[in-house]
Amino acid sequence: MFVLKLVLKNALRHKLRTFLTILGIAIAVMSFGFLRTIVTAWSYGVEASAANRMITRHSVSFIFPLPYAYRDQIARVPGVNLVSYANWFQGSYKDPADFKNFFPRMAVDPETYFEIYPEFVLPPEQLATFKRERNSCVVGQKIAREHGLKIGDVMTIEGDIYPGRWDFVIRGIYRGKDASADETQMFFHWNYLDERIKELQPTREGFIGWYVLRVQNPAEMSSVARAVDQMYLNSRAGTKTETEKEFQQGFVSMSSAIIRSLEVVSFIIIGIILLVLANTIVMASRERTKEFAVLKTIGFDSIHIIGLIGGESLLIAGIGGLIGLALTFPVAGAFAGMFPTFFPVFKVEVITVLLAATVAALAGVIAALFPTIRTLRTSIAEGLRAIG
Amino acid sequence: MTIPFAYTWRSLWARRLTTALTLGGIALVAFVFASVLMLARGLEQTMIETGSDDNAVVLRKSANSELVSQIERDAANIIKTSPEVAVLPDGKRFASTETYVIINLSKKGSNDMGNISVRGISPEALQLRPQVKLLTGRWFQYGTQEIVLGKNIARQFQNCDIGQEIRFGDASWKIVGYMDGQGTAFDSEIWGDVEQMMPAFGRPIFSSMIFRLVSPDAFEAAKLRIEQDPRTSFAEVKREREFYREQSKMMSDFIRVLGLVVTVIFSIGAMIGAMITMYAAVANRTVEIGTMRALGFNRFSVLSAFLIESILLSLIGGAVGLGMASLMSFVRISTTNFGTFSELAFGFTLAPSIVVTTLIFALIMGVAGGFLPAVRAARLDILAALRSA
Repeated sequence: MFVLKLVLKNALRHKLRTFLTILGIAIAVMSFGFLRTIVTAWSYGVEASAANRMITRHSVSFIFPLPYAYRDQIARVPGVNLVSYANWFQGSYKDPADFKNFFPRMAVDPETYFEIYPEFVLPPEQLATFKRERNSCVVGQKIAREHGLKIGDVMTIEGDIYPGRWDFVIRGIYRGKDASADETQMFFHWNYLDERIKELQPTREGFIGWYVLRVQNPAEMSSVARAVDQMYLNSRAGTKTETEKEFQQGFVSMSSAIIRSLEVVSFIIIGIILLVLANTIVMASRERTKEFAVLKTIGFDSIHIIGLIGGESLLIAGIGGLIGLALTFPVAGAFAGMFPTFFPVFKVEVITVLLAATVAALAGVIAALFPTIRTLRTSIAEGLRAIG
Repeated sequence: MTIPFAYTWRSLWARRLTTALTLGGIALVAFVFASVLMLARGLEQTMIETGSDDNAVVLRKSANSELVSQIERDAANIIKTSPEVAVLPDGKRFASTETYVIINLSKKGSNDMGNISVRGISPEALQLRPQVKLLTGRWFQYGTQEIVLGKNIARQFQNCDIGQEIRFGDASWKIVGYMDGQGTAFDSEIWGDVEQMMPAFGRPIFSSMIFRLVSPDAFEAAKLRIEQDPRTSFAEVKREREFYREQSKMMSDFIRVLGLVVTVIFSIGAMIGAMITMYAAVANRTVEIGTMRALGFNRFSVLSAFLIESILLSLIGGAVGLGMASLMSFVRISTTNFGTFSELAFGFTLAPSIVVTTLIFALIMGVAGGFLPAVRAARLDILAALRSA
C-alpha cells in the first residue's frame, strides 16, 4: 500500500513531464490502434463471408466470363441448393478521379441474389419492384447517403467494360444486417445488361462473371468444388470453385505487400512508445538515485524498488494507453466518415483493442527494466554519493 | 553575444542515454516518413519510365485502363494510316495493336495469388519499347504459342522456368525466354503474339494500340484527327508517358495520404519525446543557466542555445532516419497496383527532394519540441536560478 502511494506521489512530482509522457503514449497507442484497424478493415471480406457460400469463377482469372449455360448444370450438382450469379460492370459514375465515386457496380440475378446474400436487407416491396422493373437498380445505404440518392432517382453511368451510357432507376436501398455487411454496392438486372450488349457486341451475349453457390451442408464444400470443376475441366471455360472465404482471401493477398508494410509501421510505433516512456523513466530514476539509496539504507528490499520504478512506468503506460484507446474510436469514426466508400466496413475490432492494451502494458514493463536493473546494482554508498 | 556551440554539443553528450532515446524516436519517425515518400516515388518512377514521349497510346474513351478498353480491328487499321504515325524503313506502320488480359499465378513460397498482366504484341512492339531487352533464352516466334516472361515474374512466381508451359486461354503457352524491362512495368508482364492470344482468349477485339509519333510535337495533331474522325471517335489518344503516370496515380496517392497521415500523427509522439528531454535539460541546468545569465549572456542567447540544441538533436535524428531509409532502396516490393489491377514490382527510390523534405520535417519536430522548454530557460530569473541548487 505504501509503495502504491509513493508511486503516485513520484508520478506527480514532475507534473508536466508525466503529462507529456502520457500524451505521447496516448497518441502513439491511438495511431497503433488506427493502423491495426486499417489492417483488419482490409480483410473484412474474409470475416464477412458466409460459411455456406461458394464462388465459381473462370479458372484463369476472374476477369474472364463464364457461360450463362453453366447455371442449370451447376444447380444439379448434389449438395448445391441455390445458384446465383453476378457480373462486374464497373463503369464510371460522375468524376472517376474522385475516390468516393469508386464503388462496386454489378449486374446480378434479381430473383436469387438477395436470397443468397441475406445480410443485404431490402424491404419486401422494394425487392418486388426491383424484380419487376428491368432498368431498376438497388444501392447500399452508405452510397445513398454519400451521394444524396433516393428511390426514384436516376443513376447515370458511363460504361467502360460495357460501352455506352447507362441509366438506372433506383428502386431500392438496402442496409446491412449487421456492421460487417458491405453497404457500398450497387446492383442491377443482369438481363438488362445482356440484352443491350447483344445489340452492341453479339459475341459477348450470354456470359456472367461468377456464380455464387449455396450448399446444404458446409462439410460437402470440397466435394461440391471438385464436382463442379471436374465438369468443365476440358471445356473452353474451365472453372475454379472455392469457398467464399478463400475467394475473398485471394483479393486480400493481392495487396499483401501493403498490409505487411502497414504492420511493419505499426511495430515502429511500438518502438516510439517505448522510447518516449523509457526516456521519462530513465530520467526519473536517475534523478532519484540518492533517494533510492536512502530507501535501501532504511531497509527497503529490491522488491520495493522494482515496485516503485515498475509501478510508475506501468501507471503512466496504463493511463496513456487508456486515453489512446479511447481516442482510437473517434479517430476511426472520423476517418470512416471522411472516406465512406474507401473501406466498406471500418470499425475498431476487439482484437485491436486487446493488442493495443498489451502493447502499452508491455512497453511499461520494458521501459522500467533498464533503470530498475541499474538502480538495483548501484551500491548504497555509490547512490548516496551521486550528484543531480 | 552568443553561447558557444561547443556548450550545446557537450551538453547533449553529457546525457548520452537520454539523447540517444530522443534521437531514436525522431529517427524512427523520419525513417517512416522518408520510406513512405520513397515508396510512392518508386511506384511513380516505375510507371513513368515505362512510357515514352515519342509514343502515343490509343484506348477507348472512359476506359481507365487497358484491361477494360476495346478497339475493333477496322478502327485500328484506320488509326494506323494517320499521317502522324511514323513509318518503318520497310514501309510498315510503326504501331503495335495489343491485347491485354490478366491471369492468376501463385507466388513462390507463400502461395498467394497474383494478377499477372499478359500482353499480346505485334512485331513492331519491340522497337516501340527499346528499353525491353532479352535477358535469357530467346524471343517468342510469331505464329506460335510461345511466351516471354518479365524478369520479376520469373523470380516471384511458381512454375516459371524456361521450357515449362503455362495454361491460359485455350492453349498451353511455352516459356522460351525472360526479358529485362530495366525497372519498368514490363518487368512484371508476360508477352506473346497478339494474333495467337486474341483467338485463345475468345476476344476478337484489341485492347489498346501504341504507335510512334513522327515527332513528339505531332501528338496534338494526331489526337485531334483520331478523336474527330467519326469512325474512330470512340477512342482517346494519350501520350504514353502520361498514360502510365495516370495508371500509378491512385496507388501512389493512396500510399502518400495514408502514410503521411499516420506519420504526422505519430510524429507528435516523437515531438513530445523531444519536449520531455529538453524540459529535463532545462531543469537540470538551472544553475548553469543562471551562471550564464550572470556572465552577461542575454535571454535571447539562452533561448537560441536551447533551441539549437533541440534542432541539432532533431537534425541528427533526421539524418539517422534517412540513413536507415536509404537502405530501403535495396528492397523491392511486388503488389497489385490498384490502377491496373495487376501485379507490379517497384522499389523505394530516394530523391534529393525527399532528403530535403525529411530534414525539414525533422527540423519542425525539433523546433516544435524545443521551443517551449527554451522559452522557459530564457525566462528564468537570474537570482532564483543561481540559488536553486
